[in-house]
This record gives sequence, structure tokens and C-alpha cells, in this order.
Amino acid sequence: MKNLNLASITGLTVLVLALLFSSFIASAADKSEINTLATLRDHTEITEQKEPVRIPNVVNKDIKQKRNYPMQPPVIPHTTRSYEVNMNNNKCLSCHSRQRTEESQAPMVSVTHFMNRDGNFLAEISPRRYFCNQCHVTQVDAEPLVENTFTDMHSLMKKKVTSAEND
Amino acid sequence: MTINRRQFIKANAVAAAAAVAGVTIPATASNLITSSDITKLKWDKAACRFCGTGCSVNVGVMDGKVVATHGDIKSPVNKGLSCVKGYFLSKIMYGKDRLTTPLLRMTNGKYDKEGEFTPVSWDKAFDIMAEKAKAALKKDGPKAVGMFGSGQWTVQEGYAALKLMKAGFRTNNIDPNARHCMASAVGGFMRTFGIDEPMGCYDDLEAADAFVLWGSNMAEMHPILWTRLTDRRLSAPHVKVAVLSTFEHRSFDLADNGMIFTPQTDLAILNYIAHYIIETGRVNKDFVNKHTNFRLGETDIGYGLRPEHPLEQKAKNNGKTAGSSTPIDFDEYAKFVSTYTLEYTSKLSGVPEHKLEALAELYADPKIKVTSFWTMGFNQHTRGVWANNLVYNIHLLTGKISTPGNSPFSLTGQPSACGTAREVGTFSHRLPADMVVSNPKHRAIAEKIWDLPEGTIPATPGYHAVLQNRMLKDGKLNFYWVQCNNNMQAAANINEEAYPGYRNPKNFIVVSDPYPTVTAQAADLILPTAMWVEKEGVYGNAERRTQSWYQMVEAPKGAKSDLWQLVEFSKRFKVEDVWSEELIAKKPSVRGKTLFDVLYKTASLEKFALDEIPEDRLNDESRDFGFYIQKGLFEEYASFGRGHAHDLAPYDRYHQERGLRWPVVNGKETKWRFKEGSDPYVKPGSGWDFYGKKDGRAIIFALPYEPAAESPDEEYDLWLSTGRVLEHWHSGSMTQRVPELYKAMPDALVYMHPDDAKARNMRRGDLVKLISRRGEVQTRVETRGRNKPPRGLVFMPWFDASRLVNKVTLDATDPLSKETDYKKCAIKIVKV
Repeated sequence: MKNLNLASITGLTVLVLALLFSSFIASAADKSEINTLATLRDHTEITEQKEPVRIPNVVNKDIKQKRNYPMQPPVIPHTTRSYEVNMNNNKCLSCHSRQRTEESQAPMVSVTHFMNRDGNFLAEISPRRYFCNQCHVTQVDAEPLVENTFTDMHSLMKKKVTSAEND
Repeated sequence: MTINRRQFIKANAVAAAAAVAGVTIPATASNLITSSDITKLKWDKAACRFCGTGCSVNVGVMDGKVVATHGDIKSPVNKGLSCVKGYFLSKIMYGKDRLTTPLLRMTNGKYDKEGEFTPVSWDKAFDIMAEKAKAALKKDGPKAVGMFGSGQWTVQEGYAALKLMKAGFRTNNIDPNARHCMASAVGGFMRTFGIDEPMGCYDDLEAADAFVLWGSNMAEMHPILWTRLTDRRLSAPHVKVAVLSTFEHRSFDLADNGMIFTPQTDLAILNYIAHYIIETGRVNKDFVNKHTNFRLGETDIGYGLRPEHPLEQKAKNNGKTAGSSTPIDFDEYAKFVSTYTLEYTSKLSGVPEHKLEALAELYADPKIKVTSFWTMGFNQHTRGVWANNLVYNIHLLTGKISTPGNSPFSLTGQPSACGTAREVGTFSHRLPADMVVSNPKHRAIAEKIWDLPEGTIPATPGYHAVLQNRMLKDGKLNFYWVQCNNNMQAAANINEEAYPGYRNPKNFIVVSDPYPTVTAQAADLILPTAMWVEKEGVYGNAERRTQSWYQMVEAPKGAKSDLWQLVEFSKRFKVEDVWSEELIAKKPSVRGKTLFDVLYKTASLEKFALDEIPEDRLNDESRDFGFYIQKGLFEEYASFGRGHAHDLAPYDRYHQERGLRWPVVNGKETKWRFKEGSDPYVKPGSGWDFYGKKDGRAIIFALPYEPAAESPDEEYDLWLSTGRVLEHWHSGSMTQRVPELYKAMPDALVYMHPDDAKARNMRRGDLVKLISRRGEVQTRVETRGRNKPPRGLVFMPWFDASRLVNKVTLDATDPLSKETDYKKCAIKIVKV
């Protein structure tokens, strides 16, 4: 009986201490959570590092993505691994050039790409547009770290049309 | 998604049928909005926010939001093009985590270095800042306060900061992050020509017969200049492109002669070319005799490390004489470079002899117009100023300079590294228009323009970028303000210097940024900042082109521009708080005034009234302060350079133009400096006139190859080079928040030769640790893709905030330029 009492008192003490300790830990955790505010580091102290994620795969579904605005260069919806684009060869054009699109059913490079620096159309794609990867990029299968609140002009226009009709 | 085109049309058949039947459908149901008052976008021009190319972009605004951006067809720089970053400018301001309130580390309602970031008002933020700045000034004087700024500040912001620090607080402890990227270029220009910035311009791109890239990956880092170079190479088949680097990258896709050299041996290759020109009798003697001098430079100058470092103990001439030189003649110079034979240079550099010869011939052949481009490969180099001097040597020996297509061209990294950092002079040793604080005449000119008493500006250069972190760590720099950069990610050796420096209990660190960056996380006070077209400003690009833009949208409520922050903060100081009684006595009229009154609300600035701003234009700062402050600051700043070969046009003209290249004399811009006929400052009849030097002669320097600060050894067996990528701007604080750019290049990987990986039992995708004597970083192995390092060298970019490669790098600098070498240190890689 005596032993049991002792044991239960010890147990209680441990419990109280544990509670105290955990509340201390909790407030320390809040502070550390608040102070590690560099979003791109996902709440990590500068002196620490989270384990780097695996190399994500390139999205290869051939599904076109909506552009953010009309002039945006479309992103590439397929992998371009081992595509050569160099002085001797431009692999992208083997599907996207005007001559090849009937066969490939790939989108033709935009007409703007036939214009030289002075805005005149050439018979072929301008060499200033030769390196496709300056503007067109593939996308990997990864969730953005930070949401972007960019507004599509279309949603702004829709709003105005709707409010005009409701007036 | 499995729907095909036919199914898609069927699904939309109701709308289509209604339309065919002529049924009137409400506008909301129509799939095209046509009313012009709704579809109209407000377009305006701005300089791109990113690199030193300085493209002009058109910015489309609707209902107070930027909704589109594209390359400006009217700009001679980019003629309608943008790179992928430029196209996504429209999204950089809209990351969800924009800061909108100052955040101060507090415990129980009071500032505490170890406290928790807590929202406070701007008023409270300035209270604590002023308290800390005044305490530091009182305790240890102006040396205890400092500022780290940016080549991404607008010209007006840099100029306002320069005035606040050098005249207001009377400290020269102000430096820009451009120290990390352009200081060696500045050092090279000043030493060879006595005046900063390129003599040529981008028009060289359409005129040259050959291009040589020295440590410049233009394909990724200056994409639009690369489109012009590609255009020239592919449309004029005689044109040749040579590319030199320590690893293969995208610019090699266009190389006729691609060369991988052992790090640091570029110094030897440059001297070999000079030797080849002399040996084959192709020196342009007439040019050399009329327009150059020869000098022998000091050697064994150390590596800009802390004085107690063994390398500094060993160096013989790392003191004040490091930049000195003695006159020599042509024969002595010829003898000096004659040790750099083809055989020796090939062996040292690892570049095959025939490739070196082909390269040298591009320079030696008098019929070939050659343009050299370089960026961080030369500048981030412990002998960066030397590398710059040595490339000028070969252009000067052949007279291939300052004429269309003949152009040694130092490319700049940041959008206003030239405009703000260099021309305004926001360095610890500089003043506007190439003047320096150590020259009493220069100080007197600045004091006169600023209407301040003689002796206001201190004569001793302040702490430069790398020294600032060391002084923070040592507790000697106690009030520190960081604006418009992310140095806790960008500085080398952050483990041993920057981080302990920022967190030193003696120091109070303020960081202004639109986003919560790594640097903000290390701060004590964070100020939410307006960015890019949320304010009016001016940038200056790599070809001396000055460009302006208007404010186009409001910043998020609570965020304020760097300019507003600087000027508003100045109101917190009475002249008596910061100046000695002795100085005040020289101009008693300042007594009782604030720094705002003395520096900004002056006759010289205030005369530009609010009614000069077009009524339909936003301008938050001016309407707050009561005068057109951006114009006032610009015009006062411009008065430093007008009539002194740095002439800028009247401010208003920049709002009309797609930029103008200075000097702008009689309303006309200058394309090629130092050449009679194209530069109005050249003495008539001289042909060429390097008027930065008193005798009009540029200097050809005899300087040797000296080894890198740290090279691989048995334990740390790999070279590490760091750098940037196409898809991200610098530390990624803007571009990592654009989903498309993030998904194009999400993480910094370590690029390795497949055999180096195999030898360490590693495969693509493996988790590894890069370890140096200073720290470690984890990432994953990439053995394919755009960068192909040779065996013995790896490359890891620094844009990734979650993988801080600068925990590993070495803070060795060029002792002359104080610029860090981010391209060379020794590491080992182990599997995790």
C-alpha cells in the first residue's frame, strides 16, 4: 500500500513535469514556427536543412496548359530529354515547324517567330528565335511552394460584364 | 483528361446551337467579350526587373493589377523579345506571402533579439530603428552603423541611401550587392582606362565577326543578348563563336570552339594570346604607340581573407601596395608574356593546343572584328581585376576597341548594377560619377552640390560587403540595414560569417523586402517593401542605357518603397543627433533641423513640384512628401556627371525614350566611347582618346598567373563552382513564387560528371552532402541535363533557399576589388 502510494506520487510528479515540459515545448515550437518565416525554406532554421525531395519527373502528358495572358509563351507539355538544339540541329522544329505540323499535329511556332529585329517577316523562322528553351520550359510534377494570386484579365472582365448586367 | 476535340465540341453544343438559331444569349453566356471599354488594357513601358541586359517590357494593367507583360517592340535592346523570366514578370508581385506589416522580434511587448516576430506599426518600427541607430552612433560613432544595398535599387533609391549614409550618418559603411558581381569589372576599368563602364554597346552584336565568351553563360544569364548573338552567328555564316568555361553549359550549343579550362588558368590563356599576337607580328604598332602605356603590376597580393588566415600571413604584398604598378616598355612586356607559350599554357589549362591557337587567331587577325563578353567567370575571381586588365591588353595590342564589333564588353549582372551601384557610387569607397571619398577634391564637389559643410563626408573608405559580415560577427558594426537583396543566401561562407554576424546580440539588423526571405528570417526587424512598378524609378543597364518607368499599380496596403523608407527614416534624426558640434558650427543654419530637411527637403529637390507629375499617374512617395522627389533626386544626382563625360539627359526625356546611352551630349546618346566621331569627349584629331587617364592613354598591364585561394586536395577532392540559372532571378525570391518558373526549375541540384558519380558509387537522384572546410549542404545528384562538368568539378546553383550552397563556399576575395570568388573552392561529396 505504502509502495503503491509512493509509486502513484512519483507517477503524478512525472505527469506534472511532463505537462510543464510539454507546454514549454509547445510555446518554443510556436516561436520557432513563427520565426522561421522564410516561406521557401518551409519553416526551417537557417542552421538546419530539411531532407531534399526527390528529383521530380517532367510532366509528359501532352495536355496544353491555359496561358496566363495571351502573349505568354506556352509551357512545354512533354519531356524534352535528349532533344538537341544546337548549331546543327533543332529537334523541336522537327514537329513544330510549319512544314511538319500536318504530320505531327503539333502546334506551329507562332508567326511572331518569323519576324526579324525590324519586325519584317522572313521566309523561315528568325535565327533570333532559334533557341526555343529561352522562353519555353517544361514543367515538373511538383506543387508550388507558394500560391500566386495573379489575376487573369478574363476573370476581371467577366466580373465587369456580370456587374453591368446586374445593374 | 481524356476528352478529345469532338467530345469537347459536343459538350459545348448548347451554346453553339443557341448561337446558330439566332437566339440572343446574355453577354455572360457569350464566350467572347467584345466591348472595348471592358477589354481595354492600359499599357506602359518599364525596364525589366531582372538582369543587366536591360530589356524594355510593356506592362498591361487592368483594374489596378498587372495582368500581362511582354517584350517592348520599340526597345533597341530586345525588339519585342523577353526571356522566360521576363514573360512572367506579371506574376512576381503576386506571391501570396507578400509582407504587409513591419515585423519586430519581441518578447512581452518589447524588442528582444531572441523574441518572436510580431507585427508592429511603421511608427513603432522607425522608433526602434532610430533608437538602435542613435545608440550605436553614440557608443562607437559612425563606424558602428552601416547599410547593404543593391544593384536592383532604382537610381533614386541608391542616391537617397548614399546621401543618408555618407552625409547624414557620416559613414562610408554602405556597399551594394553589386560588390559580389561587378566590383572586379569596375576595378579593371578604373585601372586600365581611368573611367568606369564599357566603351562599346549592344550594336557590337550585329557588327562583330567573332565572339569570345570568357566565363559568361549568356544563353542562361543574358538570354536576350544571346538571341542577338545567335541571330548574328546563324544569319552570317562567317561569324565564329568561341566559348571558354570551367564546365560545359548551354552557351556551348552555339560554340565553334568550345574550351573547358582548369579553374584560374584563364589568366594564363589571356597572357598566351598576348604572346601569340606579339610573336606572330600582329601588334597594331601605330595604335599601341599612340594610345597605350605599359606597366608591371604588383604580384603575390593575397586572397582577401581575414588577416589571420595562413594564406594572408604568407602573401608578401597584400597590404596597401597590392594595386600598385611600375612603368615598363613594350620589350619588357613582350618578355613578360613570352613565358606563356602554347605548350605551357595548354598543359596548365588543359585546353588542346589547336583550340588555343584558333582562339588567339580571332584576336590576332586584323581582318576579324572581335567582341569579348564576360561576366561572373572573370569578376568572381580572386584575380578578377587582373582578368579584366588582361582581356583589355589583347584588345589594346590589336587596336580592336571602341569601333563597331571590336569590343571588350563586360556584361553586368543586375538591372541597375551600372546605373545605381556604379554610376551613383553606392560603394564604400565611391561617390557619384566615378569619384571617390579618399580624394578631398571629390568630397568637396559632393559637399558643394549637397550644400553641406566642408568635412561632412568621411575620407576613409567604409566596410565593403564581405567586411561588413566580418565586422557584424566581430561586433563592430551594430546597426545594419539591408535593402533590396538577400545576402544571407547570396554571401559566401554564411555559416562562419554572415549568420553569426546577424545573430550577434550586439547588433540590430533591419531587412527591407517584399517577401520573407532567408535574410529576413535572420533579421530583428523586417520592413514590408513595395517593388518594381509599384513605384517610379530609373535603372541603368550594361551598355550605359538609362531607362525610367512610372508607378503603374499600388503596392499592397502596408508595403512601402525603399525610397519612402529611407526618406521617412531621415525625419527621425536631428542634425545634432548625428553630427559633431564642430561640423554644425561650420553651418549653423542646420541647427535644429532634421536629416530630412538637410538631405531631401532641400531647395535643390523641392523645386520639382507635384504638378510636374501627370495627373493620371500614381506616385505614392511624391504625394506623401509634397514634391516630385524622384525627379529631384535624379536631377541633383545628374548634376555630378554633366560636363564630366557622364552626362544624363533631362529626367522627363527618359519617360519618352526607351532609354539613352550616356554620355548624352546635346540631346544625343553615345554608342562608342573613346573614339573620335562617336564620342563628343574625344579630342579632335586624336583618333582614339582614353580621356579617363590624364595623358589619354590606356594601360597594358603585365600580370601573371597565380593559383586559386583553395584548390582540391586529397580530402576535398572536387572544385565547386556556383552560379545562376535561366529560370530564376538570383536567389529566387521573386521567381520561385511564380508557379511556372518554379515548376521549370524547382530545386538546385549538383551537376556532376557521370564518372565522378560512379567513382563515388552515386547515381542520378541520389541524396548527397557537399562538404567543405566551412560547412555542408545536402542536395541530389544530376548527371545529365544542361550543365556537363568535366571530371573533378561540380556545379550547384544558388537560387534555392532550401539548399544553401553558400554554407559551403569560401569568402576569398580579389584583394583589389574585394569581390568574392564564388567559382572556386574545394569540397568533397558523400552519400547521405
